[in-house]
Amino acid sequence: MTWLSDDAVVRLRDVAMRPDFDGTRYAIVREIGRGGMGIVYEAIDQELQRHVAIKVLPAGNRREAQIIAELEHPGIIPIHDAGMLVDGRTFYVMKLVRGSTLAEKPRTIAEAVRLSLRISEPVAFAHARGVVHRDLKPSNVMLGEFGEVLVMDWGVAVAGTPGYMAPEEERTPRSDVFALGVMLREFVGSDRLPRRLRAIIAKATSPLAADRYASAREFGEDLVRFLDDQAVVAYPENAADAVLRWLVRNRALLAVIVAYLIMRIAVLLVWRR
Amino acid sequence: MPGSLFPTTRRSVIEALRSEDAEERTRAYGTLAAIYWRPLYKYARIIHRRNAEEAEDLTQSLMLQAFERGALENYDSRRASFRTFLRTLFDRLIINQDKHASRLKRGGQFAFTAAEDELQREDNRAVNPEEYFQRQWIKSLFAMAVDRSRESMEPGTFAIFKSYDLEGDATYARLAGEHGVSEMTVTNRLAAARRRFREIALELVREITASDDEFRREARALFGVEP
Repeated sequence: MTWLSDDAVVRLRDVAMRPDFDGTRYAIVREIGRGGMGIVYEAIDQELQRHVAIKVLPAGNRREAQIIAELEHPGIIPIHDAGMLVDGRTFYVMKLVRGSTLAEKPRTIAEAVRLSLRISEPVAFAHARGVVHRDLKPSNVMLGEFGEVLVMDWGVAVAGTPGYMAPEEERTPRSDVFALGVMLREFVGSDRLPRRLRAIIAKATSPLAADRYASAREFGEDLVRFLDDQAVVAYPENAADAVLRWLVRNRALLAVIVAYLIMRIAVLLVWRR
Repeated sequence: MPGSLFPTTRRSVIEALRSEDAEERTRAYGTLAAIYWRPLYKYARIIHRRNAEEAEDLTQSLMLQAFERGALENYDSRRASFRTFLRTLFDRLIINQDKHASRLKRGGQFAFTAAEDELQREDNRAVNPEEYFQRQWIKSLFAMAVDRSRESMEPGTFAIFKSYDLEGDATYARLAGEHGVSEMTVTNRLAAARRRFREIALELVREITASDDEFRREARALFGVEP
């Protein structure tokens, strides 16, 4: 039997899966990403003379393209074209987004919550159309060079990724909420979180699906309430909590009142002498 | 033809090993032995640190045991791939090996000297056992696919594939000059050769797996992505 060097094995592994786009308007430039289900390439659309991203999927797998085609949202990369290679694999063509996946942690709690909120928006949009992502995780979120937050790899994962995968077997919007909660927890870290935020994370990542937010929209709405210093669904407040939150929310006004009172007292004291 | 991705024409050799027909069993044994003896031998040498003679005996011993009729009764493709099953059997055999057992008569069935030469040329830095066995399995499977490609391709096409993809030291321009064809022809022949190689490698995986699920898992292990 022929002996193959380690380098030859690496080359064969690579070229054997390199898609053959002969007879199409696309020419491959380079591989830009690889997951269990498919490989993403940068390519040139020779007809329109523009760079695009092409995802090549296992044979017979048209579902992902069909799902995304239904989801027109600024947080979801739009599809331009789809087709089949000569070997039976399917592919779809999408806008090439130059950016990066979530490599850096947000610097503040508010930034982290806002990022989670923006990730939850396309997911909420998909949930409203009956689509469950099934594999939400930081590497499936991309930050565009103009600050866009884009969610990728829709609805094709069989099992999800350990750590982000809800414990129940059935994949529903609540299992996406679980992953959103895990990501939020990672973004904010564990240092001295506000009680209301801790409660949001705990509700989103509850082991019992029924205890979680029913959809990404409900999760996002609670994040907005948190950012606006309003009461959140995840945290039932008592009177003291409500007063404290009111004080924090109106801290600027309070500061003005206190400053005014101090000034009045000072003036009064000076006058009485 | 799109359907060629999942070759279904060949019967799985794992199934064939359970056949009543002795001839069919022998043929199946031939394919499995050709793919597995090298990875097993190298695994014994590198992971279990056995000397060459011991590794030869162990490899032959496993081949005899595992492929005897009835020995595969315990194999269930839903629980593990055949590759993992075989490696586990081998680990058990090595652990239980009786040092005083009579040595097997070493025959010429496997080219152990060639495998020993290969070990000298390979990167054998310690990795975990499963990874090492998988790496050797991939190498053995690709090597067999290359041999079958040589038989099934037009010689000029195979020569281009060999220079460019196996040896990795050619350019399109040089190959065009050597073969007296245009660079475009080199591109087309290389694309056709790669397609054929991929088909053959997948046919082989189909042959040595027992179910569709196992086929997909193993094809994924082979290519790093589901085909």
